[in-house]
Amino acid sequence: MDQILFKHNRPDRVISFDEYCAESGFRALRKALTGMSPEEVQQATIDSGMRGRGGAGFPTGKKWSFVPRDLPGPRYLICNCDEMEPGTYKDRVLLEKNPYLLIEGMALAGYALGVEHAFIFIRRGYELAAENLRRGIVEAERAGFLGRDILNSGFSLSLEVHQSAGRYICGEETALMNALEGRRANPRAKPPFPAVKGLWGQPTVVNNVETLANIPAIIDKGPAWWKSQAATPDAAGTKLFCISGHVSITDCFELPLGMTLGEIIDGPCGGMRNGSNFKACIPGGASTPYFTKEHWNVPMDFDPVAKAGSRLGTGGIVVFDHNTCMVAVTLNLVRFFARESCGWCTPCREGLPLVQHILERIEAGYGEPPDIDILHEHVRHLNHAFCALAPGAMGPVDGLLRHFKDELSEHISGKCCPFRRDTTHTC
Amino acid sequence: MIPEHMKQELVKRVSGAITNREAAVDVMKELQRHYGWLSDEAVQEAADVLGLSPLQVEELATFYEMIYRRPVGRHVIHVCDSVSCWSMGGESLLQQLERVLEVNVGATTADGIFTLLPCCCLGNCGKAPAVMVGERLYGPVTPEGAEAFIKGLIESSA
Repeated sequence: MDQILFKHNRPDRVISFDEYCAESGFRALRKALTGMSPEEVQQATIDSGMRGRGGAGFPTGKKWSFVPRDLPGPRYLICNCDEMEPGTYKDRVLLEKNPYLLIEGMALAGYALGVEHAFIFIRRGYELAAENLRRGIVEAERAGFLGRDILNSGFSLSLEVHQSAGRYICGEETALMNALEGRRANPRAKPPFPAVKGLWGQPTVVNNVETLANIPAIIDKGPAWWKSQAATPDAAGTKLFCISGHVSITDCFELPLGMTLGEIIDGPCGGMRNGSNFKACIPGGASTPYFTKEHWNVPMDFDPVAKAGSRLGTGGIVVFDHNTCMVAVTLNLVRFFARESCGWCTPCREGLPLVQHILERIEAGYGEPPDIDILHEHVRHLNHAFCALAPGAMGPVDGLLRHFKDELSEHISGKCCPFRRDTTHTC
Repeated sequence: MIPEHMKQELVKRVSGAITNREAAVDVMKELQRHYGWLSDEAVQEAADVLGLSPLQVEELATFYEMIYRRPVGRHVIHVCDSVSCWSMGGESLLQQLERVLEVNVGATTADGIFTLLPCCCLGNCGKAPAVMVGERLYGPVTPEGAEAFIKGLIESSA
């Protein structure tokens, strides 16, 4: 496999604009604007098999194709860099090393979609990434890769960085549009979908950083080449996996999509840290149900992970060793989601604190057998919330109930957490 | 009250936006930078510049984790309490920081220098436990290293 996104990376600093250009940067944009129609750019993206890297895995070219080109008024493109899913930090690493791939990718996507005004919505705390982007946009404008009449093609694009002030729900695409408009970031009802009625009521596409940063390679080297960088024939392209937890090396790696979980942990992650054994992991960010040892050979690609009962999500893998209490992990995750609920709809606002309360009770040794039924009911019923936050929050609870039923029962029957040494109860 | 030149800057930012309220987060952040937190006076000033009611600004201000509607110390220490940091000892780190700073989570030290707050995932999970002071990311900050970490902050800000 060739590296696509990390190919240009310098070990200890961001790549400069001149260095990026010298390494064939903006060649794809030149190629598209001088020899391809917008439809051809979109078709290449469809042919590549690219699926969105932000979590949902929706085919990117198909998403673009939903945008009606005949409605009056502007269309918008938004890059979603509100990377707040616990365990996920790939977009930060990419942008701290190289902002230009995203800028070039947005120019290409803007061309395909007929967009003249695009936004990068970046979370708070990503100051270095935001600074790199602001500087990169000025450099690209000066060189004529952004702005009016780019490369004499008649295509114009302005790019703007909007930095948020910290709230997980802003990563949900309709909440993000409200945030960008300066409204309280509650999600909007779908339909109408953003492709038809989005930012300021206009057709809007929201794509993840990693998704857009891959577009230059798809255009430059062709969709077939790009697709073939994956580890299996069914997968397409590479993926940024960001690793945390109890492995030896916790870093962000660009790997072929479709490597197995075991290959990732024993390979680039250098195996489990000293003296610990693999127990479970979150395979793709906080909202994805756990994988256990039985999933060791699952290819880390969208469909195989879904078939195995979880989601590839963002590619944020959090690994837990044999000393980790999975009830406590789940409690931590649910507490996060309960706190980050925007409070707009009742199932999420009221349901998540209840689930948190039940898990707190079980972890503290006060759980009762019917609590498990209540957890099951919530995994089912919270699917009826207004947006994906509450169903996502139930992902880990679902994983806990499916894979760690015995551990849950042990907490309840033993009236304490078997992993806590400082407990006042005795097991 | 904010100085006139700052007000002009904010008015300029708002006039460059597609709609006034698009600039709301930027305006709140600038006012917070000036006052250290978003006081009632700042909410009123933001409302004036944005052409919104104070209540509309309040609705936004209370939504965001990084907009402080109560006074904070000169440095706000955000300690990540999400899952990756938790798995690497984040809870103990927070306890150690409470001990070293002699404050409870949510409070400001008596000298007004530090405010200690837990926060959501900082996107620094590979270097857990992660901490953000002001706008700068740190990690890993181990529970054992809490005391040295605070000492370092005091020295670098002195």
